[in-house]
Amino acid sequence: MNTDLLRILPETILVVAGILVMLIDASLPPRAQRRGLIWVAAPGTMLALWASLIQLRLDPGTAFFGAVETSPFTIFFHVLICGIVLVALLLAYDTLPRDSHHQGEFYALVLFGASGMCLLTGAVELLVVFIALEISSISTYILAGYRKHTGKGPEAAIKYFLLGSFATGFLLYGIALIFGATGSTQIYEVAHKAASAQNHTFIVLALMLMLVGILFKVSAAPFHVWTPDVYEGAPSPVVALLSTAPKAAAFALLLRVLYQMLPDLRSLWMPLLWVIAAASMTIGNLAALRQQNVKRMLAYSSIAHAGYLLAAFAGLADKGIAAAAFYIAAYAAMNVGIFAVVTLISGYDEHLPLVADFRGVLYRSPLLGSLLIFFLISLIGIPFTGGFFGKFYSFSAAVGGGAVVLAIIGLLNSGVAAAYYVRLAVTVAQKPENGMSQAALPVPQIGVAVGAALLFTVGATLWLGIAPEPILRAAENAAHALQ
Amino acid sequence: MSPLSCYLLVAALLFAVGLAGALTRRNAILVLIGIELMLNAANLNLIAFWRYGPHPEALTGLMFAVFSIAVAAAEAAVGLGLVISIYRHLRTVDLDEISRMKG
Repeated sequence: MNTDLLRILPETILVVAGILVMLIDASLPPRAQRRGLIWVAAPGTMLALWASLIQLRLDPGTAFFGAVETSPFTIFFHVLICGIVLVALLLAYDTLPRDSHHQGEFYALVLFGASGMCLLTGAVELLVVFIALEISSISTYILAGYRKHTGKGPEAAIKYFLLGSFATGFLLYGIALIFGATGSTQIYEVAHKAASAQNHTFIVLALMLMLVGILFKVSAAPFHVWTPDVYEGAPSPVVALLSTAPKAAAFALLLRVLYQMLPDLRSLWMPLLWVIAAASMTIGNLAALRQQNVKRMLAYSSIAHAGYLLAAFAGLADKGIAAAAFYIAAYAAMNVGIFAVVTLISGYDEHLPLVADFRGVLYRSPLLGSLLIFFLISLIGIPFTGGFFGKFYSFSAAVGGGAVVLAIIGLLNSGVAAAYYVRLAVTVAQKPENGMSQAALPVPQIGVAVGAALLFTVGATLWLGIAPEPILRAAENAAHALQ
Repeated sequence: MSPLSCYLLVAALLFAVGLAGALTRRNAILVLIGIELMLNAANLNLIAFWRYGPHPEALTGLMFAVFSIAVAAAEAAVGLGLVISIYRHLRTVDLDEISRMKG
């Protein structure tokens, strides 16, 4: 079999599964339930995950005339993204309204978006980077507006869309300048020519413009304004996906652009990312302190986590990339988990959106309450959870790269962040007020699919916190592959 | 001034016009037009760099521009769809009036 085709096997499987979902969706009678399409979507994602693991047997290398690459780096992110998508699909299966006739579109868009994200992590040609980023973005724009019958859904989608395409404009302009300065759009060739270039003006300008585009996708500080509104307006199962998977893909692109395409400009981009990391943590945490809405609070917390992650970029190449990759995995596990729990507690239509509404959850549903507290502990970064080792590796990479002040800012920020996480945890554990309507609230039902999703995220968070060595080794292999 | 720098100047101006439009307009459709101008400025750059670059026989820049036009069209389709869906709810496409979520 042609190895070129093997190198894009996971993406191919995701796209084929997406097309199958759309075809079956179209052939079902208009009033029929579409939930059963999960039986195409979930196995398709699992197959893509398996295909990514199969790629470990291939020699690292590029395919299609240097357009896409397979290496431990791409496989690490493929497995991560497919895992996130699988959990998000299971979560959506149990929590989307059963009478909805748009579930086919939902599953298809998730699969198409996932194929774009996977392609983005493997792309080594800027044209493929651009197309993959747009596949993933356009799918998530639509998903963000999935609740189109409430005012908030379309508002979230249009904000996400306008700011997202605005950022894409910067990215494309940056790519055009890179092409002008080096005469190539292949990342290895660009790296080669940029190293020997006499005039760096265009390349520096291009780097700035591309950074705007990419940092928007990871919601780092000056480009974070869309995050809270989108997280509040989009349905929670979608937020579980779009707060993690597209970010993981965008971080992979950021690592590739900085460490592989323009490593010689490190003296330029390192201080820049230093400032952005510090700003993201501080702005995210201070804003989260004031939030009453749980999803908005988690949105600001995710901005802060992007900051912790960017601190790893201050590290030397080896440790920095490995720490960043590990952090993405840990962040994804706990963030998907907490949004799954929030979805179950608040409900799809979010009749209980506020922190105060979460009072007494531990008594109404001991399982969900304790899971929520568990994920909050991981987000704080207490040992024996993935969040602890993520922060530990990230900050030690920063210290190793000489950014001691940044690591101290990060530690101080972790303290501030603990305040709002603990506030939510305490509210959850408080006894419900007597005679309040909350006592009459129904206990959330945990279905089989969402149960599996919760088990998976709890397992991953615990595993990353108790035995992080295998994942750390995979992250280190990924880091080697990138250099 | 060489032809290449003329084209680059025009593209930079186009980008600036698009940027100003996207930042100052409050009508969602006008913001979308501003963004399209920014994307087309990048396309103009790609074509100019390709035509006046060292390898005009390799079609890199041209292909890039063709793909980016197609992607921009897909994006515009989704964008206009979202504009219609918000208009159905609120009977306005003014971004200040659309913006209800705060905090």
